[in-house]
Amino acid sequence: MSPNLRIAYRFLTAKKRAMLMSLACTILGVGLFIVTQATTRGFEEFFTKTLLGINGALRIEDKMQDTMRSLQAAGSSDAYFAQREGVKLIEGIEEPQLIAGAVRGFPNVRAVSAVVRGNVQVTSSFKTEDAQIFGINLEDHIRVSDLAQQITNGTLADFRDSAGGALMGRVLADRLQLGVGDSFVLAARGQSRSVRVAAIFETGYREADKTNVYLHQPAARSLLKKPAGASFLQVMLHDPERAPLDAARMKQVLGHDVKPWQEREKTWLAVFRALRISTGITVTVFTLIASLAMFNTLAMIVLEKTKDIAILRSMGYERRDITQIFLWQAGIVLAIGAVVGAGFGVGVTWLVSLVPLPINGIFKTDTFIVAWSGMPLFIAQAIATALVMVMIASLVPARRAARLEPGDIVRGTAQ
Amino acid sequence: MSTVQTNPGELALRCTNLHRYLGQGEGRVHVLKGVSFEARRGQVYAIVGPSGCGKSTLLYLLGLLDQPDEGQIEINGAAMSNSDDFARTRARGGHIGFVFQFHFLMLEFTALENVMMPMRKLGRLTPAEMKARAHGLLDSVGLGAKTHRLGTQLSGGEQQRVAVARALANQPTILLADEPTGNLDVKNSALVFDLLTRLAKEQGQAVVLVTHNPEIAQRCDFTRPMRDGLFV
Repeated sequence: MSPNLRIAYRFLTAKKRAMLMSLACTILGVGLFIVTQATTRGFEEFFTKTLLGINGALRIEDKMQDTMRSLQAAGSSDAYFAQREGVKLIEGIEEPQLIAGAVRGFPNVRAVSAVVRGNVQVTSSFKTEDAQIFGINLEDHIRVSDLAQQITNGTLADFRDSAGGALMGRVLADRLQLGVGDSFVLAARGQSRSVRVAAIFETGYREADKTNVYLHQPAARSLLKKPAGASFLQVMLHDPERAPLDAARMKQVLGHDVKPWQEREKTWLAVFRALRISTGITVTVFTLIASLAMFNTLAMIVLEKTKDIAILRSMGYERRDITQIFLWQAGIVLAIGAVVGAGFGVGVTWLVSLVPLPINGIFKTDTFIVAWSGMPLFIAQAIATALVMVMIASLVPARRAARLEPGDIVRGTAQ
Repeated sequence: MSTVQTNPGELALRCTNLHRYLGQGEGRVHVLKGVSFEARRGQVYAIVGPSGCGKSTLLYLLGLLDQPDEGQIEINGAAMSNSDDFARTRARGGHIGFVFQFHFLMLEFTALENVMMPMRKLGRLTPAEMKARAHGLLDSVGLGAKTHRLGTQLSGGEQQRVAVARALANQPTILLADEPTGNLDVKNSALVFDLLTRLAKEQGQAVVLVTHNPEIAQRCDFTRPMRDGLFV
């Protein structure tokens, strides 16, 4: 052990109460940082997972086609002049197989599903509700969504084997008082069709559970009078975080409007970002308190140890040794605080994850959601924050100690 | 215990025309008014005089704990008065040992650790050699049986003996003592003074001590009385 570390340790342990106070503040700062980050990020990740499980990472929709007028403008110079008058909107996807094939060529694309969508009225023996039907190819769609995991009543196999079957959202089924096996009528564009509930799904996202009904694509095409094309392509990516980049490239290549999930859900994501900033400020205050406690402890030790500082200086200890001795004290508290604080944070996070908290509306959960996958990052961030703040707070008393003149101390005139 | 290879009588310390002012504004006092002094190895010097005459201030200047406003200080032939803090600190660690009136032991450390502390900083010896030398020094001041006692578990006389052992830890050529017996009873005063002078003579160190005690002063090789910032 270096002489300076040895002296730092003894100075610190001589002020047990103050040291324990600083240590407790550091442990709390690090621990609470971890807990708040894990819970905030947990909810955000779960929300994202829920949305990706319903709508996929990308949606390829309408085509924006240039007219002759804008093409002429583009041809006359290097510059591109976008004019509303020169753009024609073509709703939906005219050649879904062709576009899906092109999309599958993007390396980040995991799966693509063509969907036919339309507004309908759903009538049960109890009442009538507005809804949206989604005509899907089941095998394609379960690869771009979590539909298979969202079934709560009935089975997906029943739907697969039943051409006149439907998958209905939990909230809509409850409102219409429908159960698995019950029949209901779908009406759209002047025609109606009787359909049977093959299974009921629940995403946890109320809007989807209240309006969505999945049909086999041929049945949906027949009802909506859409013999060809698709309303949109739902795309799942290997790395959903890269969705904006892939969307921009697909838009350029395909000429269709491509929306990444980050743009689609930007309102909710902004709410989570605000929450994260808010908790970030809170936990920064915790670590600020820890650093103030450390400052206070070291300032007290400097005041009480002026004679020891004079002795050390008279024995040949340099100013930088004195600085080091006080920074080591902060370092010891920080090291213990970081290790114990990390353990405390992980432990409390685990306990929080057991707290009952039924949420249904933007996602479905019965307990607190915590992000275990991000734990190493949260621990590193917590320790880094504590390190910066505690060391900055320690520099002032450490430098003050180093500036003390031994002659002034011995003479009793040290300021 | 090994001894320093020195030449008795060789000049260890010299100061010339030292001036020092203390305080600020109207409270500024001209404490040292052109003091010159030298100390040779193997000799014990007593600086005596009334309180406030400047003897402790002179001692701190000689020990490089303070800087003169004017004048020269040489330690073993090297001019130190205008040197920077780093050079003065190195010189203190390598050439000078201090004994203060109020012991100034580091109370969280044992007697052995207190004596080893200057050696650990200087780093000339291995840990085992440091430990052996510290044991030897504590033996020679009669505290061989109390090496593992904390400073708080030692009497005033014992603490001052540890301070003497610590001052000798790095085998300095100059030993400076500011009223080393001022806080001790008669028996302990005699014991500490005998230790200080015997060990210093054995190891060929120049000893400069500030004292109010006329009996102690009489037993030194040289006595330099001071008054109003000057030797008289």
